[in-house]
Amino acid sequence: MSSVMKTDSTNCNSEIKNDITDHDLSGIDLSKVDWSQLPDENGHFGIYGGRFASETLIEAIQELDDAYKLLQNDPSFQAAMDDDLRYYVGRPSPLYHAERWSKELGGAQIYLKREDLNHTGAHKINNTIGQALLAKHMGKPRIIAETGAGQHGVASATIAARLGLECVVYMGEKDVERQKQNVYRMRLLGAEVRPVSSGSKTLKDALNEAMRDWVTNVDNTFYCIGTVAGPHPYPKMVRNFQAIIGREAKQQCLEQTGRLPDALVACVGGGSNAIGLFHEFLPDLDVDIYSVEPAGMGLDTGEHAATLSTAKPGVLHGNRMYLMADDNGQVIEPYSISAGLDYPGVGPEHCLLIDMGRANAVSVTDAESLEGFHDLCRIEGIIPALESAHALAYVKKLAPTMDKDQTIVVNLSGRGDKDLNTVAALEGITI
Amino acid sequence: MSNRLKDCFAALEKNNKKALIPYVTAGDSNKSITVPLMHRMVEAGADVIELGIPFSDPMADGPTIQLACERALVHHTSVADVIEMVKAFRQSNTETPIVLMGYLNPVESFGYENFAKAAAEVGIDGLLTVDLPPEESEQMSQVLGKYDIDPIFLLSPTTTEERIKRIANAGSGYLYYVSLKGVTGSSILNVDEVSEKVTAIKSHTHLPVGVGFGIKDADSAAAISEVSDGVIVGSAIVKIIENNPDDTDTILDQIGALLKSMRTAMDA
Ligand SMILES: Cc1ncc(COP(=O)(O)O)c(C=O)c1O
Repeated sequence: MSSVMKTDSTNCNSEIKNDITDHDLSGIDLSKVDWSQLPDENGHFGIYGGRFASETLIEAIQELDDAYKLLQNDPSFQAAMDDDLRYYVGRPSPLYHAERWSKELGGAQIYLKREDLNHTGAHKINNTIGQALLAKHMGKPRIIAETGAGQHGVASATIAARLGLECVVYMGEKDVERQKQNVYRMRLLGAEVRPVSSGSKTLKDALNEAMRDWVTNVDNTFYCIGTVAGPHPYPKMVRNFQAIIGREAKQQCLEQTGRLPDALVACVGGGSNAIGLFHEFLPDLDVDIYSVEPAGMGLDTGEHAATLSTAKPGVLHGNRMYLMADDNGQVIEPYSISAGLDYPGVGPEHCLLIDMGRANAVSVTDAESLEGFHDLCRIEGIIPALESAHALAYVKKLAPTMDKDQTIVVNLSGRGDKDLNTVAALEGITI
Repeated sequence: MSNRLKDCFAALEKNNKKALIPYVTAGDSNKSITVPLMHRMVEAGADVIELGIPFSDPMADGPTIQLACERALVHHTSVADVIEMVKAFRQSNTETPIVLMGYLNPVESFGYENFAKAAAEVGIDGLLTVDLPPEESEQMSQVLGKYDIDPIFLLSPTTTEERIKRIANAGSGYLYYVSLKGVTGSSILNVDEVSEKVTAIKSHTHLPVGVGFGIKDADSAAAISEVSDGVIVGSAIVKIIENNPDDTDTILDQIGALLKSMRTAMDA
């Protein structure tokens, strides 16, 4: 069974150095890592993370950091969050044994963590509730957000409506086009959607534009980032808000199977649903972790967004992370069929987990993800988001290699209603 | 070894003048225009040149400089190209200090050590990395120090006294005060507020303080030069390139005229 190392003077966290000329962690003894002490107080996960922000933003970030530190352990703030998560979002989300699919694949038992059943249809709302409550507490009447698939935009607009905050969502022009339904949902919820036409016109450019808005309106504006990236404390704060996924999953798995899972699988865009599931299990070294990235048209075509699998460390959006960039350090426009995975970076904690060998970076193509999408529809009666379908597609490869008495927990991060147009179009159908 | 930035600000002070510091993105709107433009800027009265390293995601900049980066990147202007441009400029100008300004990733991708070594060889005097605050800059500053390149840092209207001290300690050459909340190219400039903040900054440091963001004509240049050690002009220059892409003569003439008008107003 797993061994849990807690704060202990024998931990080896000091070996996880922040030195870009010397950061090999392949020899680290994972049983001696104190996971609760990551990141360090400056937001460093080894060389990753940190606060690489323009001076014009530093005070705003510090203000947020101070407020979060204060509220993090405040029982009334926690109670307000727990209440919203329970009565507004509908938590806990079920852990569902996909028996028919497991049988068909002939290997491990597959359990779906049903984040698709949350209010607004994805895990994103776990985070926006936390950040919006924080904004309210800090007296900021206006929140801004970036969005790719539109799920984080919808989750931000939703909680803004509920708390009476003004909400502006930045979204790449390309994504506005491929996620029309979510754009309309945001507008119904009272948010203003601002299409972004700079750069590659997708998620990374929406993030740039949101940062620009924030610098200009720091006095009244809270920037609600949608994933575990950005300047410290965002990667840690968003992870903490999403970690409820793994806490619930662990308890549910123990209740339903009597033991911990053998493997965890989640798709990785910026990495919030994945770290949300993984975090609670990091000390449980017997639990294998798979981070599934979008291989798009195929890793060798260059048309993909498989950052952990192919890129090297770089700096963008306020943190150091694996970053898809060309030889001159210019950020590459990534590609994925799924707008929510179409991001050239990946949250710093994931980068460290890969370097340490605690998580495995794997990838599946557009075509494979579509198979996963259709399989779940037909076999289990659940229409998954195309993002989540990437995780399912990897489960399809992994499960048959495992024994029938082993278990996989896969994060079903969202539902597929928003993707119906995309999938139908591939079959020549216009809805 | 003498330090061009130090000598430049010392000479200006002696003559009771303020520094005129134009910014241009290297390779905008093509690679061959940059060096002649740098010479023209010096002729028109520039004391220091900030040469931008183009980046795909210039988050702290407004649309004007974002577009300049996009134009420069059409021709794949790289860190190596920028270093080559300074090398060419130095063939006939060994005096005017050159500060490279940009974002960390292109420099980190080139390698801190490789960058500093090559930059020092061609006579680059300073580096301003917008997204590298002092807290994250230890390794970079060490390498720059080894090659006598000044790390230039930004200060903003929201920077606290505590941080001013820290940043003043970490930086050398000069400090760059961002005059307003917002991105480059924003337009509302309050000279009294700038004056107050510059005074506060100068109570913590002997470094010269240059002021940028929002300076677009002779009047604003003159007003800001009254309350600071230097005037940094970016978007107003870049806008001229945007309006006349690849028209070298017009670009050189108009930028030359703009800087000359600023110089005259500042020296009056
Ligand atoms: C359903 C769903 N899953 C996953 C993602 C990817 O984001 P992350 O990697 O932060 O979980 C998104 C992003 O929009 C999403 O909508």
